[in-house]
Amino acid sequence: MLAEALALSAVLFAIGVIGVLTRRNAIIIFMCVELMLNAVNLSFVALSTLYGASGQVFVVFTMTVAAAEAAVGLAIIIAIFRHVKTVNLQNINLLKG
Amino acid sequence: MMQPNEFHPIAYSAAFYFFGLTALASAIAFVTRKSPVAAAMWLVNVMFCLAGLYVMLDAQFIGAIQVLVYAGAIMVVFLFVIMLLNLGHASELADARGRWGQVLALLVGLALVAPLLALSKGDLLNRMIPPDLAARAAAAAAAPTAGGVIGPVAEPLFKEYLLAFELTSVLLLAAIVGAVVLGKRRTDAR
Repeated sequence: MLAEALALSAVLFAIGVIGVLTRRNAIIIFMCVELMLNAVNLSFVALSTLYGASGQVFVVFTMTVAAAEAAVGLAIIIAIFRHVKTVNLQNINLLKG
Repeated sequence: MMQPNEFHPIAYSAAFYFFGLTALASAIAFVTRKSPVAAAMWLVNVMFCLAGLYVMLDAQFIGAIQVLVYAGAIMVVFLFVIMLLNLGHASELADARGRWGQVLALLVGLALVAPLLALSKGDLLNRMIPPDLAARAAAAAAAPTAGGVIGPVAEPLFKEYLLAFELTSVLLLAAIVGAVVLGKRRTDAR
């Protein structure tokens, strides 16, 4: 089952990348990043069946960082929304020359 | 070690493929939904399926944490922000990039997944398996495991990775302060 789990992890990661590249809603892009983190967690857990429980410890750390990232990122999205009244990244182009 | 003895191998495989394919289908549904709320619900489904896979891969504690932290806390924060900003309706503006952008993204995704799939299928995986795996599994089965399923995770967390664990608490504190500062409404307009 290890090969299947790693393959599923790869495909889920690619789906997350495709979502980040194609969508323009900031919140959905953020959820795609969470999907990528989950895919990496699946690899960690799958390989921890070979290499011992250290992989699961790293999953705990990943989840903590993901929670912190979600809190700060969503606060940034709220702050941006107050300024420009949208979360569509096409309309947030202050850095575009 | 790979397959717990209490499961019949065929039932184990069937459940594994069920969870895996459901996760895959839910992920595809997730990136194609227009409405942010529907997308969030599909992502919750992906996370539940991954929790099932974690339990089947002998990581019961991680499975429980996955449901509590990811499917519970993090997704609730996402839904709360969607509700707060009143974004529940499908965005009428062009949410996805144009056709060429989508084709390009698909190519990037395929270019990314092909080597990863090759790595997970190929000979490299067999070389990654440590040669003393059977001996180690037998030793692990013979040794009495203190603390059930949580003990093997907790022991390295509080011994080997104690510094990282403490730094994580600092990170969480910084995240809390940052979220409050960013989210708070400015009273003095400057």
